[in-house]
Amino acid sequence: MAYNEKTRGMYSDILSGLKSAGLFKQERYIHSAQAADIEVEFPAGAAIKKVINICANNYLGMSSHPEVVKAAHAGLDSHGYGMSSVRFICGTQDIHRTLEQMVTKFLGTEDTILFPSCMDANAGVFEAVLTKDDVMISDRLVHASIIDGIRLCSAMHDTFKHSDMEHLEEKLQLHNDKRLKMVITDGVFSMDGDTAKLDMMAELCEKYDALLFVDESHSSGFIGKTGRGTHEQCGVMGKIDIITTTFGKGLGGASGGCVSGRKELVEMCRQKARPYLFSNTIAPPVVAGVIKVLEILSASTDRRDKLEKNTEFWRKGLIEAGLIIKAGDTPIVPVMLFNAKLAQDVSRDLYDEGIYAIGFFFPVVPQGQARIRTQISAGHEIHHLEKALEAFRKVGKKHDILGKTKQEIIERYGM
Amino acid sequence: MQEIIKNYVTKEYVEDDTELTYDTPLISGGIVDSFSMVSLKRFLENKYSISIPDDKATPEAFDSVNKICVLVREYVK
Ligand SMILES: Cc1ncc(COP(=O)(O)O)c(C=O)c1O
Repeated sequence: MAYNEKTRGMYSDILSGLKSAGLFKQERYIHSAQAADIEVEFPAGAAIKKVINICANNYLGMSSHPEVVKAAHAGLDSHGYGMSSVRFICGTQDIHRTLEQMVTKFLGTEDTILFPSCMDANAGVFEAVLTKDDVMISDRLVHASIIDGIRLCSAMHDTFKHSDMEHLEEKLQLHNDKRLKMVITDGVFSMDGDTAKLDMMAELCEKYDALLFVDESHSSGFIGKTGRGTHEQCGVMGKIDIITTTFGKGLGGASGGCVSGRKELVEMCRQKARPYLFSNTIAPPVVAGVIKVLEILSASTDRRDKLEKNTEFWRKGLIEAGLIIKAGDTPIVPVMLFNAKLAQDVSRDLYDEGIYAIGFFFPVVPQGQARIRTQISAGHEIHHLEKALEAFRKVGKKHDILGKTKQEIIERYGM
Repeated sequence: MQEIIKNYVTKEYVEDDTELTYDTPLISGGIVDSFSMVSLKRFLENKYSISIPDDKATPEAFDSVNKICVLVREYVK
């Protein structure tokens, strides 16, 4: 059978179904480098518009930092464009090992292994270190890539309610007969911007003899006094058995990820993790770029300090404007609108005002919790944030949501 | 048994104020995701000192409090 009309029709129907359910995703073409000020074509074919970006994971403004760009150029010249091989055949250069050692030092772990992405790190790590005699106990809001990794692993899987330490303890007791127990969480949760209680989790893991896994994708480089991550902020550096993180957000924004932690577990990944064994690793110019990022961040905390100040300014500004935000202290700041259509309308109106921020709604977040997720960067200047606040006030006024309670917004717009 | 199981499911999985009945569809109704069935199975096994074979612990067999009771009774001596 070829790709006949019936098959084509079947897929067309599925895709139309997504459109009518409001779940169809559309790309927006950016004609400039990633930064606070970008040039966007949306919808496709429309005139290019200059907007302020407040929805990138470019937390430290490294994506087009001149020194990083320069280092990537130099890496391209000295180490070439690609490796045409996976790591263990002929795809490992000196700079790959250098980067692994720098990450180990930065995160305060024992060893590190690079992966093509953090998605791949999460997809490969569980299967590499656990067996069917073990159990994985994960927070119910962990990232999709962790869920995929869990699915690929033969160990038993159970969950605990989001950040609920009593529930986690019950689960640790319930599964106490297993060979190994691994507790799995994000450090900073990407949709709500809240932070895992790693200090309490580390304590519970000690009490019940469990391993602790943390995905630090939304924390590496800026959470904690010197930006090492949630484990630094919670005072448990050295107590996390496995950290995964990405180089595609705060740490440069290009691509790549890693598993960092106990050296035997990292070695297990080197021997067994399939995305490491069967896919090319990070390309040389990107490796050179990440090395420069880590040098910059290790030499000074200026960038994470600026991000902290910007975040405080932004959170305070939104609250003063009368909007409802999720509490926290991270640069992920969700503006709660509850209703999916309202979130889409506000996003569109903000765009008209020159502010680029995206609405999130079911199934990405639970039903009735639609929002605009804003993300602050050290690449923002106060004038960017002031302009964005101005736009939020104007659009908020138009939709009459300023100073309103959750109840009032839901009564007016529905869930 | 119905009441015990219903209370457990409510405490374990319901995060808003949904009221369960003995026939509320749990898995097909999206209250218990198939991942989390593991803890339900382990709870039943510990509570009633039984062992439910993996191939009997299907999403269908776990889909309501009443169905779970039927399954558990098969293994309780
Ligand atoms: C928590 C978390 N983990 C992992 C990833 C995947 O990162 P990468 O882009 O390196 O695959 C993301 C990115 O969306 C994430 O938010």
